[in-house]
Amino acid sequence: MDFLESTTNAWKIIIRSKARSFLTMLGIVIGVMAVIIVMSVGAGAQSLIINQVKSLGSNLIGVLPGNSEKDGPPASALGIVVTTLTYDDGQEVLKNGCKCIEGVAMYVTGNDTITAGDNSITSNYTGTTASYIDVEETDVEFGHFFSEEEERSAGRVVVLGFGTKEKLFGDENALGKRIRIGKVNFNVVGVIKERGVSGFQNQDDQVFIPISAAQKLLLGIDYLNYMRMKVDTAENVDQAVESIEQILRDQHNIGTDEDDDFSVRSAAQGLEAISSITDALKFFLVAIASLSLVVGGFGIMNIMLATVQERTQEIGLRKAIGARSRQITFQFLIESVVITFLGGIIGIILGVLISVAVAQAAKNFGYSWDLVITSSSILLACGVSIGIGLVFGIIPARRASKLNAIESLRYE
Amino acid sequence: MSKLIEVKNLKKQFENGDVITKILHGVTFDIDKGEFVSIMGPSGSGKSTLMHILGFLDTLSEGQFLFEGRDVSKLEDDELADMRSSKIGFVFQAFNLLNRSTTLENVMLPLLYTKVSKKERIERATSMLEQVGLGHRLDYSPNKLSGGEKQRVAIARALINNPDVIFADEPTGNLDSKSGLQVMKLLQDLNEKGHSIILVTHETYTAEHAKRIIRLKDGVIESDKQVLKRQIADNNDTLLK
Repeated sequence: MDFLESTTNAWKIIIRSKARSFLTMLGIVIGVMAVIIVMSVGAGAQSLIINQVKSLGSNLIGVLPGNSEKDGPPASALGIVVTTLTYDDGQEVLKNGCKCIEGVAMYVTGNDTITAGDNSITSNYTGTTASYIDVEETDVEFGHFFSEEEERSAGRVVVLGFGTKEKLFGDENALGKRIRIGKVNFNVVGVIKERGVSGFQNQDDQVFIPISAAQKLLLGIDYLNYMRMKVDTAENVDQAVESIEQILRDQHNIGTDEDDDFSVRSAAQGLEAISSITDALKFFLVAIASLSLVVGGFGIMNIMLATVQERTQEIGLRKAIGARSRQITFQFLIESVVITFLGGIIGIILGVLISVAVAQAAKNFGYSWDLVITSSSILLACGVSIGIGLVFGIIPARRASKLNAIESLRYE
Repeated sequence: MSKLIEVKNLKKQFENGDVITKILHGVTFDIDKGEFVSIMGPSGSGKSTLMHILGFLDTLSEGQFLFEGRDVSKLEDDELADMRSSKIGFVFQAFNLLNRSTTLENVMLPLLYTKVSKKERIERATSMLEQVGLGHRLDYSPNKLSGGEKQRVAIARALINNPDVIFADEPTGNLDSKSGLQVMKLLQDLNEKGHSIILVTHETYTAEHAKRIIRLKDGVIESDKQVLKRQIADNNDTLLK
C-alpha cells in the first residue's frame, strides 16, 4: 500500500463521519485562518505606515539640534531647547557639503493668531527658506513662493497652505491681500497647492514666512528648530549624512562625535526603526494567533485517541492479518495529518477571503492599503497544519500500534 | 508429508505483577502439511492460548515451536507480523469484519500489507469471494449479510494470501446450525484442495469434521487421535449442534 492509497483510505474514513471530522478540524481551521489574517492585515498595516513615511521622502535628511542616541529620540523631541543650530550652519552645508546635497531647507516654528480682515484663526506658522519648495517637492497653486532675497531680508511676505487660505479667505483670491501674524503684517504672495493628509499631519494647514522674519519679527531667536536636506539619490544619503556631520562639527568646534550638539537623521533610519517596531508587533500577534493552532492540535489528539479506542477491534484484526506496528502507526498518523491538512486548506481559504475583505474595506476608507498575501505564508500555513497533524497525531498513532493484538480482537 | 508445525514441550505462563498464571504446562505434537486438525478442550484448557502461539499472535515462555522447520521463538515483532501476513489466515468466531467497508474491501485487507498491486488485489479478492459463493455480494456492507455469509467472507479473507495454514477459532460458534454446516463444508473442501486447517472448538461434533483431534485439558494434552468416524458436511450430515 503506497502513500497515495493510504491517503485515500484516510480520506474515506474522514468523510465517513463528516460532522465529527469537521468539528475536529475546526480548531485548525480557526488557527490557520487567524494566522493568515494577522499576517496579511499586519503586513498591510505595516506597508501603510511605511508608505506614509516614505511619502515624506526617502532621500531626505533631517538635522535636529541636540545630541541623541542613534536609535533613540532626539533631544528636541523631549522638549529640551537647544540653540546651537544656526542659519550659517545650513549655508555652510550647502556651500561646502557633499555635492549630492541638492537643497537645504531650514525651519523655525511658532504659533500665533493669524488675522485676515474679520477672520482670525490660531495656527502654527513656519519660518523657512526659499529652498523649501524644492526640498519638500511641492509647488504653489497661485502666486509664487518667497525668494532668497526675501528669505535673507526678513521680507514681510507670506505663503499660505491651501487649507489656511480657504479658512481665511474662502473662495476669494488671497494674492496681494494683507494678513496679520501676531502683531506683524504680511503680504500674501502665494498659495501652496492642495496636498492632502500625508505623514500624519495636514500639509495644507500651513503658513510659511521667510525664516529671518520669523526669527526676528515674531520669535526673537537666532537659532533653528531643524533643517531638512534633499539628497540627489537615496544611495547617496549615507555619504551626505557623513559630510553634514563633518561640517557641523567644524562649525561648532566639536572634536569627537560623543560631544555632538546636533543629530542627523535620514528617512531610511526612521524607516528601519518603524519597521522593527511593526515587525515586533506583527510577530507578537502571529504568536497569539498561533496559540489557537496549538489548542486545535490538542483537539485533534483528543479525537484521535478516542478513535483509536473506538477502533480497537479493527486494529487487532489488522495486526492479526499481518500489519506491522509501523504500518498501524502510519495509518493513524496519515489520518490525523489529512484532517489537519484539510483544516489548514479551509483555514487558508477563509483567511485569504477575510484578508481581501479587510483590504477592500480599508481602501474604501481611503487608505492606500496593500493586500499582502505571500505564497510563503500560504506554504507556511500548509506546513504548519501538516506539522500539527504529525506532532499531535503521533501519540494516538503510537498507542494504536502498541495495542495487544489478542486483547484487541476480543475488545467489545 | 513434510512437517508444518513441530511443537516440543511448549509452556506458556502469564505474569501479572507477582501473580504468575500457568496456562500451558508443556505440550508436544507435530502437524503435517495438508492436515485438518481440531484442537479441543473446555474453557480454560489453554486451547486459545495455544492457537495464538501457533498463529504468531503470542510468544511462548518455554519449549520449542518450529514452523516449516524455522524456530519461531527467535523472531522479532515485525517478522512475526510478516509470518501472519504470508503464512496463515485467521477465521474468528466473531467474524471481525469491518462493517464500514465493503465485502470486497474486507477480503482485500490482508493484501494491503503486501506488495500486491491494487488491480491484482481486486482481482484476487473478487475471485476469492466467488469461490465462497458470494460473488454477488462484492459491494455489500458486512452488516447486511447473514452470519453464514459473514463467516464465508472471513474465510475468503483468510485465504486471500494463499496461506500455508488456516486457523479457525470457533468458526461456527456464532452461527445457526445450517450456516455452521456450510462453513464446515467450506473448510473440508479447502482441506481437500490441500490447505492445512487447524480448528479450535469445544464441541465434539464440530471437532469430528477434522481428521485428527488434539484434546487439551488444564494445559496438557489429554489425547491426540485420528478421527475414526469422521463427519462429512454434506446434505446427509446431521445439522451442527
